Amino acid sequence: MSDNRTEIARSFIEGLPHCNALGMSLETIGEGEAEILMPYAEKLIGDPETGVIHGGAVSALMDTCAGAAVMSHPDAGVATATLDLRIDYMRAARPGATITAHAICYHMTRAVAFVRVSANDGSSDVPVAAATGAFAVEHGS
Amino acid sequence: MNRPQPEPVQIVKERRDAALAALVARVPYSAFMGFQFERRGDELTGLMPYRPDLIGNPALPALHGGALAAFLETTALMALSWSMIWPRMEAGESVDILPKLPKTIDLTVDYLRSGLPRDAYARAEITRAGRRYASVQVEAWQDNRARPTVQAMGHFLMPDFEARS
Repeated sequence: MSDNRTEIARSFIEGLPHCNALGMSLETIGEGEAEILMPYAEKLIGDPETGVIHGGAVSALMDTCAGAAVMSHPDAGVATATLDLRIDYMRAARPGATITAHAICYHMTRAVAFVRVSANDGSSDVPVAAATGAFAVEHGS
Repeated sequence: MNRPQPEPVQIVKERRDAALAALVARVPYSAFMGFQFERRGDELTGLMPYRPDLIGNPALPALHGGALAAFLETTALMALSWSMIWPRMEAGESVDILPKLPKTIDLTVDYLRSGLPRDAYARAEITRAGRRYASVQVEAWQDNRARPTVQAMGHFLMPDFEARS
């Protein structure tokens, strides 16, 4: 049952057009946790002077990863949607580095899932960005 | 009583539009996402034309929340950069050298409605612009201006734009 849920979440995430456009790939998913990679690409650059990736691309990565964590939670419903996401940008991502987002759905109620996400580029213990979000959970019938 | 002749309107428009185009063109990610900016006087409206690759939920279908967040953040950054060059441009100074981009400190995005598979528009309001920090509120809507799709509040670190070259 749990494996089935994970597979559904995996195929859903891998089929999202915007995630494919940004080059995201799902690394691990299951039990309310997910990890998604986004390799460096020139089209993602936000500041051409430094070559640093745009914050918007990192937001999209973290939003996707948070949603994936919610979908893979054992108590998740049939669908989820972001209610809010607060993103803190701690430092510039290293140009050329793949960004890895890791999300944990740390609490789930009947209607709302609470998630923490961080994004790292492998060059420091301090994440590039961190976010917390609340997600709507729909349980269907 | 010799008043200087006002500049021809076409010259003024061309100068302002060229400065705006230079600001938009410098960010590769904005070009990739297809973001555009329209200007009426000093007011900017962001435009995110619909494209199938902006979809984040094919079942509904709905725009990806991350695409909307990126659109809001870009609109806020553009409003801040624009507010830095506008007074200089209007004072007749050269704006060939653009200020460095502000840095996003944080962004809180509130998803009010699911994003329709249609064009989105956004406007930012700078609620406080200090020398180092700025607070911006930004809102995006689609078919109906009175029913916003997403809103966000962000804090930004402003670049040092005093050193003139």
